[in-house]
Amino acid sequence: MARLYTRDHEWIDVDGETATVGITDYAQGQLGDIVFVELPEAGRKVVKGGEAAVVESVKAASDVYAPVSGTVTEANAALADDPSLVNSAPEGAGWFFRMALADPSELAGLMDADAYRAFLATL
Amino acid sequence: MTREGRPTSPGGAAPGRPHAPTFTGNRALALEEPLLFEAGRLETSGVDFEAVPAHESRLGGLARKAPIGLPGLAEGECVRHFTRLSRQNYAIDMGLFPLGSCTMKHNPRLNEKMARLPGFADIHPLQPQDTVQGALELMHRLQDWLLKLTGMAAVAMSPKAGAHGELCGMLAIRAALDARGDARKVVLVPESAHGTNPATAAFCGFAVESIPANIRGRVDLEALLARLGPDVAAVMITNPNTCGLFEPDMKAIADAVHAAGGFVYCDGANFNAIVGRVRPGDLGIDAMHINLHKTFSTPHGGGGPGSGPVVFSAALAPFAPLPFVEEEAGHLFLVEEENAAAHHASAFGRMVAFHGQMGMFVRALAYMMSHGADGLRQVAEDAVLNANYVLRRLEDVLSAPYAATGPCMHEALFSDAFLDGTGATTLDFAKALIDEGFHPMTVYFPLVVHGAMLVEPTETESRARLDQFVGAMRALAARAREGGAGAMKAAPIHAPRARLDETRAARTPILVWQPPAADRLAAE
Repeated sequence: MARLYTRDHEWIDVDGETATVGITDYAQGQLGDIVFVELPEAGRKVVKGGEAAVVESVKAASDVYAPVSGTVTEANAALADDPSLVNSAPEGAGWFFRMALADPSELAGLMDADAYRAFLATL
Repeated sequence: MTREGRPTSPGGAAPGRPHAPTFTGNRALALEEPLLFEAGRLETSGVDFEAVPAHESRLGGLARKAPIGLPGLAEGECVRHFTRLSRQNYAIDMGLFPLGSCTMKHNPRLNEKMARLPGFADIHPLQPQDTVQGALELMHRLQDWLLKLTGMAAVAMSPKAGAHGELCGMLAIRAALDARGDARKVVLVPESAHGTNPATAAFCGFAVESIPANIRGRVDLEALLARLGPDVAAVMITNPNTCGLFEPDMKAIADAVHAAGGFVYCDGANFNAIVGRVRPGDLGIDAMHINLHKTFSTPHGGGGPGSGPVVFSAALAPFAPLPFVEEEAGHLFLVEEENAAAHHASAFGRMVAFHGQMGMFVRALAYMMSHGADGLRQVAEDAVLNANYVLRRLEDVLSAPYAATGPCMHEALFSDAFLDGTGATTLDFAKALIDEGFHPMTVYFPLVVHGAMLVEPTETESRARLDQFVGAMRALAARAREGGAGAMKAAPIHAPRARLDETRAARTPILVWQPPAADRLAAE
């Protein structure tokens, strides 16, 4: 299934009942050098639009929101040692966490790549 | 001397410093200074101690087994170390300090003289109250001034600074809700509020919801009114807000919040813009902290700690925390747990062990009494005048997103739109200002404006000082426009240290001094 995006600049890759979440290249560019990422523990329940992680750059600390509701199954341990992965590979090795979806129908409200690109053009 | 953890070296090596390095690293009176650990030796001491006599340890085996490793310096060397470091610092006593949202005003020396009087400086909070009647009278008088200036019903003197005051105000709101069995959970915080506001609400267990700003940089009244309801405990609003703008709908907001059963918290950090001109009580505010250390002088680094008394409306007054000073037939006394039942039974508790920052109380009252009511009014007027002077002298070369909405209050807000296409950023601009001999303005705050630069000159600055600052800002803007971004990226080049590698410092911080490798080898 294709990658989907939120207006808060998170991306989500869905694979059946599970999904991988991160922040977009645009988001990391706005934040600047990332120095710390606080990730949710496996088992934590997150709700769509609610706080799921915190990302800290030299400029600011920002909340990362859950694109959809569900339960966190795994956090990206690599980010603890090397938060710069979020800058160098935001939509790859710099993923934040994996989750089990509570309600796949929530995905309907998210943007596809074209819609997200069009949204960025308005900012 | 180790260079570990010090990525930028002094002397002649840095780009833009073509001159020959000196033997000492000093450049005339610009003194290079090693760390205390580098200057002192671990095996020496500046003080002669008698050998410890034979004794039986009562530490139960917890005594330290290795030396603690503190350097020893002679007193003269120690004094020189800190004096030399202080000369590399910048302070309000050295020049314009336009740090927006911080009200870095001059700290009159009269305040310091008063705060050092033995009757205020050498007393103890546990002294019998009969022996400190003068100090209690001073607190009582300060309470009175604060209530008159704000038009409120009660004041808690003990909170130690702004965010602590916010906590105090929100705890009083929580207590008032609890007292009527109301379990409201939501606190609304506009985007134009101080960043500590949502943190305070979350700390008190409230769910925080954001209210957008409108295109005029003010609270979006429609959005706020639409969100009010039986689940909203309070609105936290900063007025004047972090864009340096007055919230003209404050009374309408307060009336609507009250009608919906909620309370209004106002962040009073920007009180300097309205002191003597506007009484927050008249705007319908239920609780507001006052940064004594901003509005009433003694800013950051100005001689003392913070102090953030909180004023309350009649609705919240019964829940104000202990202690506070009352007077009865010429006798002053603290209302505390022992006597609160008769006076103030529903206090939510207390914020601190004792009564607050006595030294700051003295300085604030000295400031108030030396200015008088008319003088305080002029403080606000001159602070606003200075900020508007800066705004209007710079709006043609910088980008002032809200300049068209009318005058600003105590601070002028600019965005980085004027740097578009130049290659320079707000950070580069701020660093270049250091080379001009100014402390930079607040940058990248508030978040509602891209690449924000927030300039708060305060009433302290003369026309000549402002003109010099404006001249420097205009020159930097011209340099950026004319392709000088490359040089700005290297700024500051004249400061004791060049630009620090903030990313590396944050990603791999070196928090504990390590002896140079050669010394470590010798010790092993």
